[in-house]
Amino acid sequence: MTIDMSQFYQVFFDEADELLAEMEKLLLALDVSAPDSEDLNAIFRAAHSIKGGAATFAFNDITEVTHMLESLLDRIRKGEMALTPEHVDAFLVSKDVLTMQMDGHHHGSSVDQNAVGSVCQRLKALSLGSAADTPALAAAVPESARFEAAPVADADGNCSFHIELPDVPQRDVDALAAELGLLGTISQESLADKRVVFTLTTPESQDSIVAICSFVLDPDDLKITHGGAEGSLQSSGAPTGLPFTGAAQTGTDAAKPSAEDPGYGIFELEKTDAVSQPAVATTAAVTAGAPAAEAKNFGRRATDKEGASQESSSIRVGIEKVDQLINLVGELVITQAMIEQRISVLDPIQYERLLNSVGQLTRNTRDLQEAVMSIRMMPMDYVFSRFPRMVRDLAGKLGKKVEFVTRGAATELDKGLIERIVDPLTHLVRNSVDHGIEKPEKRRASNKSETGRLTLSAAHQGGNIVIEVSDDGGGLSRDRILAKAKQQGLPVSDTMPDADVWQLIFAPGFSTAEVVTDVSGRGVGMDVVKRNITAMGGTVDIRSVPGAGTTIAISLPLTLAILDGMSVKVGEEVYILPLGYVIESLQPAAADVKEIAGQGQVVKIRGDYLPLIPLYQIFAIEPNFTDPSQGIVVILEADGKKAALLVDGLVGQQQVVVKNLESNFRKVAGISGATILGDGGVSLILDVSALLRSSRQLNADPVFS
Amino acid sequence: MSYSTQRQAQTEAGEVAGKEFLAFTLGKEEYGIDILRVQEIRGYEPVTRIANVPDFIKGVVNLRGIIVPVVDMRIKLNLGTPTYDQFTVVIILSIAGRVVGMVVDSVSDVTTLSPDQVKPAPEMGTTFDSDYLIGLGTLNERMLILVDIDKLMSSSEMGLIEKIAA
Repeated sequence: MTIDMSQFYQVFFDEADELLAEMEKLLLALDVSAPDSEDLNAIFRAAHSIKGGAATFAFNDITEVTHMLESLLDRIRKGEMALTPEHVDAFLVSKDVLTMQMDGHHHGSSVDQNAVGSVCQRLKALSLGSAADTPALAAAVPESARFEAAPVADADGNCSFHIELPDVPQRDVDALAAELGLLGTISQESLADKRVVFTLTTPESQDSIVAICSFVLDPDDLKITHGGAEGSLQSSGAPTGLPFTGAAQTGTDAAKPSAEDPGYGIFELEKTDAVSQPAVATTAAVTAGAPAAEAKNFGRRATDKEGASQESSSIRVGIEKVDQLINLVGELVITQAMIEQRISVLDPIQYERLLNSVGQLTRNTRDLQEAVMSIRMMPMDYVFSRFPRMVRDLAGKLGKKVEFVTRGAATELDKGLIERIVDPLTHLVRNSVDHGIEKPEKRRASNKSETGRLTLSAAHQGGNIVIEVSDDGGGLSRDRILAKAKQQGLPVSDTMPDADVWQLIFAPGFSTAEVVTDVSGRGVGMDVVKRNITAMGGTVDIRSVPGAGTTIAISLPLTLAILDGMSVKVGEEVYILPLGYVIESLQPAAADVKEIAGQGQVVKIRGDYLPLIPLYQIFAIEPNFTDPSQGIVVILEADGKKAALLVDGLVGQQQVVVKNLESNFRKVAGISGATILGDGGVSLILDVSALLRSSRQLNADPVFS
Repeated sequence: MSYSTQRQAQTEAGEVAGKEFLAFTLGKEEYGIDILRVQEIRGYEPVTRIANVPDFIKGVVNLRGIIVPVVDMRIKLNLGTPTYDQFTVVIILSIAGRVVGMVVDSVSDVTTLSPDQVKPAPEMGTTFDSDYLIGLGTLNERMLILVDIDKLMSSSEMGLIEKIAA
């Protein structure tokens, strides 16, 4: 029977990605001087799971690296080796290598074999090096490990194994007995607690036994000991000079069940004794093995349960399914609005019950919509979690000390936005580490602690999410920005307000860094950051105090799918203006509207002259009013520019579900999308920034106040 | 006409073997399009106008939550003054994953045409550019102008789909 394994590849890659991310997170959080054993166990488990998966799919290179990683971790978590920063570094590097290998298998990208080799070397060196540091422990372990691992062969080269099974159905026991019988002679006996112990004499190695058993049960639950009863015990004959790593590795693999159990201490004693008294040792090990294995089983079951509850609390669903669901609910909301509109003309007394039912439907629909929208929401942690590593590496590279703090990682944001915020945020964090936070010497000179602090925070604020990147570094230099701006010919004055000066750094090609490093300073970037965020409907705000630090605040709408809109009417057409751009709307007095020859009209509003954009003219509609003093002007602001949009009237304010116009049509100038109104009709959403831009093109010279 | 062009016409005709066509009228002519491209047929309902597009693009409508552009072939082909009443028909087409509505005068029936009933299109004589024609289908006394609706609707002339190169 052949199973097409490739169908499971995706699951493995997804899982491994998560495990690697988890591992990295834990490694970074690890306190080197006093590591939490729970964390170490979790890291070990992650490595172990990846190894298991990789072995299943025969990704041998991954198996190899994880194996070394796992062995080292295993010894650290058992306290046989002290954790050092070098370990953490090596683990992080091996995580990167694993990611690279994973990508290699997944996307067919190239794998740097040198990196793989060097990481293996590093892990090997670490396990060797530390062995010498802790001689007492090292001595104890190989002895016991060797006792278990070194094959005990009789004259024919046959070994005798005691294989203790966990509690499995009789059917499986029979199947195993039949399979193992093919390897050699097998006998079977039951323990008091109905578990079964096989005694197998075979020329095969322990690995083959494990391989066979693993079809039926978890090899970790399996307890294999080398029986000395039949063969002459030759523990003295086994090579005593066995290199420590080798022994440790076999030890971890083969002796894992015993070494891992909580009854380890006692068991270890028994075994250490056993070295000096081999004959007794075998029985001692076997008898001690039963309760120990039991205790171990118990422990494993407990962790399994924990794992299971975590698994069942989330399911993996394709994003397109979720999007479809959201679309359908959007339809439902529209249909519901239609019904509501239809019944609003009914007599409330005669149709009381119908109206009540529809009222209930309205509430349910709204709840449903909220619940469904929340599916797409993901915690900011998804983004934040990739920064600790980056900051650590960057700080190391730049010789700075940076403490990285995140706040509000549980704040949720639409998945689509989350993915698009990663790049801009990465850029901002890089900038903060590179330019914001000073070198330790400089910080000491200005009476600050050597370690800079970089804070990444997220919080809800009304219908928006505000993400802040703030550092306690030197702050932006007003003079330098202004000088640079003048040099680049930007329109600046020395009396500009700070906020305007800070916005200058978003100008394309603007960098005040004196030295261009490979980290940042090329001046490409901030403008891209700004553009990306604006494209998401967000804003960027900078606060900076010289000597005390800089905070860059990004404000984003919670979701792209729903938009607060103001509906305006021109002639027979209804358009939606995104509310975020609307400042106010008013009817100007006839005296405030001025004509500029060949430039169109301007409206004077509180002393400012704003260009007037007649929507009917842009969209060639027959309006009800062409005179601004009879219609309504809506003051809009986008990209820091204001303009007055002339419409016939305001219809109302509502939340609209944004539909893409391009999916069946093409991009239309001045239109950012469409939505379906309560009556089933389609209304177009205006692209305010484009409108303002095109109006500026119409009036070649921008109108200044 | 050389041998090769004739052969080409024959293979093209062969491709439409036993195909079903939806017949509709535009002005006095009767046209046929591949029935498999037709998603549904609806009555005309008011559209939302889009500014600054050619006037044969009437606008967009809401088709069960999907925004669908509607083109009026009568305007595109200059077939008199189009009227919109309860008899005006919109054929909803599904082309290359996109949904487009096409306004026509009326829809007559669905006919099956065997390859020998499809004759190569003449170089001129119809309002369509012959690039967009599969051929002429003859059915007793009727003649259907078979339109390659995929090609027509994706053409830059219609401007419905943004060209990637543009």
